[in-house]
Amino acid sequence: MELLLNLMINGLATGMLIFLLAAGLTLIFGLMDVLNFAHGGLFAWGAYSSVWFYALTDSFVVAILGAIVTGIILGFITEKLIITPVYGNHIQQILITLGFMLVLTELLKVVFGPNQIPAKTPPYLAGSWEIGDVIIIKYRVFIIVVGFLIFGIFQYILKKTKIGLIVRAGVMNKEMVQTLGINIKNVFLYVFIAGAALAALGGALMAPYSGVIYAEMGMEFAILGFIVVVIGGMGSFPGSLLAAILVGLAGSFMAYYVPSLSLAVNMMLMAVVLIFRPQGLFKAKG
Amino acid sequence: MTTILRTENLTIRFGGHTAVDHVNFEMPEKHFKSIIGPNGAGKTTFFNLISGELKPSEGKVYFKNEDMSRFSSVDRTRKGLGRSFQITNVFPNLTVLENVRLAVQSKEKIRYQMFRHITSYPSLIKKAEELLEVVLLLNKKQAIASQLSHGEKRKLEIAMLLALDTEVLLLDEPTAGMSLEEVPTILEVIRRIKQQDNKTILLIEHKMDMILDLSDSIMVLFNGTLLADGTPEEIMQNETVQNAYLGGSYNEHHAQS
Repeated sequence: MELLLNLMINGLATGMLIFLLAAGLTLIFGLMDVLNFAHGGLFAWGAYSSVWFYALTDSFVVAILGAIVTGIILGFITEKLIITPVYGNHIQQILITLGFMLVLTELLKVVFGPNQIPAKTPPYLAGSWEIGDVIIIKYRVFIIVVGFLIFGIFQYILKKTKIGLIVRAGVMNKEMVQTLGINIKNVFLYVFIAGAALAALGGALMAPYSGVIYAEMGMEFAILGFIVVVIGGMGSFPGSLLAAILVGLAGSFMAYYVPSLSLAVNMMLMAVVLIFRPQGLFKAKG
Repeated sequence: MTTILRTENLTIRFGGHTAVDHVNFEMPEKHFKSIIGPNGAGKTTFFNLISGELKPSEGKVYFKNEDMSRFSSVDRTRKGLGRSFQITNVFPNLTVLENVRLAVQSKEKIRYQMFRHITSYPSLIKKAEELLEVVLLLNKKQAIASQLSHGEKRKLEIAMLLALDTEVLLLDEPTAGMSLEEVPTILEVIRRIKQQDNKTILLIEHKMDMILDLSDSIMVLFNGTLLADGTPEEIMQNETVQNAYLGGSYNEHHAQS
């Protein structure tokens, strides 16, 4: 029982981190039809900037906010300089965003050095709760709560606000949104920045979770992010949450019970979903 | 009466084929004109030239005496030229109300106030509901658009077009693909729009009863050229029109409907 619960919390926490990365990817792909392979770079920059801000101010809150601001700034620059010139051309998008991913990764090494950097957990989130025989690690619960909170906030924006309606309609048919006279290019920028901020937040939360950060972490997580987007359905926000949790749990349970399969399980999940529901678990496009 | 829309030698060629051939026409404000002609006469192409979906090979479109040549279809919609499509165009996964709400709010600039809860804009919802009332869809406002019947989707599309509040409505075969039971309600909807909103309407239709019932004037296209333009009576009595188009096929249509 204790083991199951721990594996579950572990899987959920990992799932939430992947969700923060995938949420931006899925919206950017769904609305803007852009394949952004640089997204993982924003995740890594979020992790590094949070560690840097934490060391500087000794405040975890400032560290998180600093990471989000870094994500917003990098998101703005990426959309304006890298994405805008390649709208509508997938091959160019893949090439330029992959290239930019490498630039972001190498820049991290230039600025912060090539070695792994330890990341500490704030004292009030460190340690664990003991309930009977069950030990629950506080920081993991924190990640899960933040993940659901972010999901709630974005669901509110998507479902209950004017801008959310434009985004949802745009995911279905952006040409028609333009036909209605709405300038969807402006919405693209907002969505891209929001996605970048979420990725950076994911990176910032990841740092204390794994204990160390390194420049390639973005690349590794981005692959999981793409798998989640495919499983959840391109452009579907709830789909990416569900798929991220699924991938997180599968990874966590497999790592314990069949460790040799733990790396392959995500690919297998994706393959199964693609065979039986090629459009993903949730279909956002109309 | 002031002319709101006119074309001057409007022409488009696809390779060797001239689909619309030097068409000159004028449309007074608040006028209801129908375009008829056999299949392939160039009616929808003519619409596409007016709305900016297609660029003419020759000639010009004037809206309120302004040359529209350099404006895209989106710009033209913003200026007041709204069109419906022959194929229904609604957002399938949004509710009926959301579809119209989106069209109602489309004129607003993107600002951070847009993050407020939708219920803090009661006038927006009220306006959307009024439009749904006009097209007789208010009782389905919470339905998902993809679950509507074909006729209901057409009505929803018209409500969205009305929400854009354009002065001119270009309606491309609103009854196309509709079941016989659905036709009278769409006719009712268009009649309501004509009477209540005082819009300038240009309609492409095949159903002659409907055209004769609604139109102030009718223009006939044949092989891309303007064959005749006049009141319904004039058109019905025009011999060239009868020979070229109405003759047999009109009687067939009449017998069917």
